[in-house]
Amino acid sequence: MRSPSTNVAHVTDHGSGPRRGIPNKYKLFLMAFPFLVTTFIFYYLPISGWIYAFYDYTPGIPLSDTEFVGFKWFKSIVANQTQMEEVLRVLKNTVAMSALGIITSVFPVAFAILLSEIKTSWFRRFVQTLTTIPNFISWILVYALAFTLFSVDNGVVNTLLIKLGIIEEGINFLATNSNIWLTMIAWYWWKSLGWGAILYLAAITGIDQELYEAAEVDGANRFRKIWHITVPGIIPTFFVLLILSIGNFINNGVDQYFAFQNAMNKDSIEVLDLYVYNIAFANNFPFATAVSMLKSVVSVFLLFMANSLSKLVRGETII
Amino acid sequence: MRKKKLHSSGIAFQAINYTLFGLFTLTCIYPFYYLFINTISSNDLSAAGYITFYPREIHFDNYMNVLKINGLAEAAYVSIYRTVVGTLLTVGASAFLGYLFTKKEMWLRKLWYRMLIVTMYFSAGLIPWYITMNNLGLTNNYLAYILPTIITPFNIILVKTFVEALPPSLEESAELDGAGYSKVFRSIIIPLITPILATITIFSAVNQWNSFIDTAFLMTDTKYYTLQFLLWRYLNESSSLAALIRNSQDMAASMQHKQTPGSVRMTVTMIVVLPILIIYPFFQRFFVKGILIGAVKG
Repeated sequence: MRSPSTNVAHVTDHGSGPRRGIPNKYKLFLMAFPFLVTTFIFYYLPISGWIYAFYDYTPGIPLSDTEFVGFKWFKSIVANQTQMEEVLRVLKNTVAMSALGIITSVFPVAFAILLSEIKTSWFRRFVQTLTTIPNFISWILVYALAFTLFSVDNGVVNTLLIKLGIIEEGINFLATNSNIWLTMIAWYWWKSLGWGAILYLAAITGIDQELYEAAEVDGANRFRKIWHITVPGIIPTFFVLLILSIGNFINNGVDQYFAFQNAMNKDSIEVLDLYVYNIAFANNFPFATAVSMLKSVVSVFLLFMANSLSKLVRGETII
Repeated sequence: MRKKKLHSSGIAFQAINYTLFGLFTLTCIYPFYYLFINTISSNDLSAAGYITFYPREIHFDNYMNVLKINGLAEAAYVSIYRTVVGTLLTVGASAFLGYLFTKKEMWLRKLWYRMLIVTMYFSAGLIPWYITMNNLGLTNNYLAYILPTIITPFNIILVKTFVEALPPSLEESAELDGAGYSKVFRSIIIPLITPILATITIFSAVNQWNSFIDTAFLMTDTKYYTLQFLLWRYLNESSSLAALIRNSQDMAASMQHKQTPGSVRMTVTMIVVLPILIIYPFFQRFFVKGILIGAVKG
């Protein structure tokens, strides 16, 4: 920890006088260097993996022993009818999930506005605390809860539905292809709604209370106040998040879909990220790399588009 | 509440509003409650779907037994290891690097910082990442859980923002006294940034505990499995779970409450979710602070 000898060294090192002859600017760089290398290894080195998309690579065989095949794998994405259909199916799922996500991104806005209308402060805190919990458990845990609640033989959902006479026998809700997009978006908001509202709640807290009082004097009712004061107050936050979600349009992430996928729902649940995982582990590495690479390139393009859109509309960029 | 006439439409609005939030809050916590009462109720009643609102024939055999399952204790160890070591390293690195990035005199500072931020928006893709990890020998290796998370750009932004908001006079006077960067960092910066370090600690710990996709990608040897991944396996391979129960010594036979795949699954889920539920109430404010500070820079 604090050794006396270094203290002495520091004391003799007056002001701008560089210690041991290294100027401060390089000293700082050298201190950061190990971390910069780590950043390079885990974030930039993987780009070199793109090269595998151009070889007939199988795991275990060194790249030098494999054949260079040019754009074979990229062409194979659209090479035949079956492959085309598969890619279209995956793209359809991806677009559907992202579009549903963007359409429903008003949910946390509504949640925040309605919650701020509740004037009983203990109840407001109670709701906010408890609805945020699901955000902090993994998708595996969400799936485990779903598994328990929706279990065919003894899950509470089936038990209640049968008791109420709505269904005759248990339905296996998790192993079905129908309405899987809606189910996925519902689980997404179950997990994220409370957490997603926090930014908006903070924005609402930041609104000048005098505006509401003035509006009240003018005889504005609750809905007029919400529409003319609260909504404009949180639109900027909403906009930033909306633009970011455009940049992430084809990045649905893999966790949720990985957790919920099974043989029955695979056709409708396979978004791009999950598809890449699935084909890679069906041992078609170069093909998965090619798709992965295309996805990254398109993502960057989307991000730049979103960034320009932000510049155009708000006058400032997001990155 | 402000004094004014309550119109009937206002009362109706409030009634609906309170009801909606009450119901949604219930759907957020009931699954946890349901899981819990099922793990402490008679396994027969639970398997028959009788446990819905309150526990019956309470016992704790499930929790005693589940620890005897082969591989579970090891997985718990791996989960705890990655959470503790991974969190310590990422907090230390974020604090130090975040502080260094506030130093305008650093050589090419802007370039390095930008290179770091870009990684939040761009990635080479999962498969190229996997191939790289494989080439680095980070498959079936504990380091794979630790090393890639050391640099977490969001954490570094949080620290940098926080340090930049501190009064510069504190640092300057120490520097005039001849203290070097690492001395300033240790004795001036660290004590001042503990609030943000607490936030980062709690974020990283939760992330480490919840991670599972890295196990799915990188680990084929069962000894590297985490609790999350083991749980996923149990959920997907109920037949292997049943076999596991049969094979684990004195699990099925001797106990009063017979273990079923369902009871094991629910108990393991409860064990994995419990740490989160326990720390959550104490650390909620840190989570909220984190997202709010992050949003400023967002």
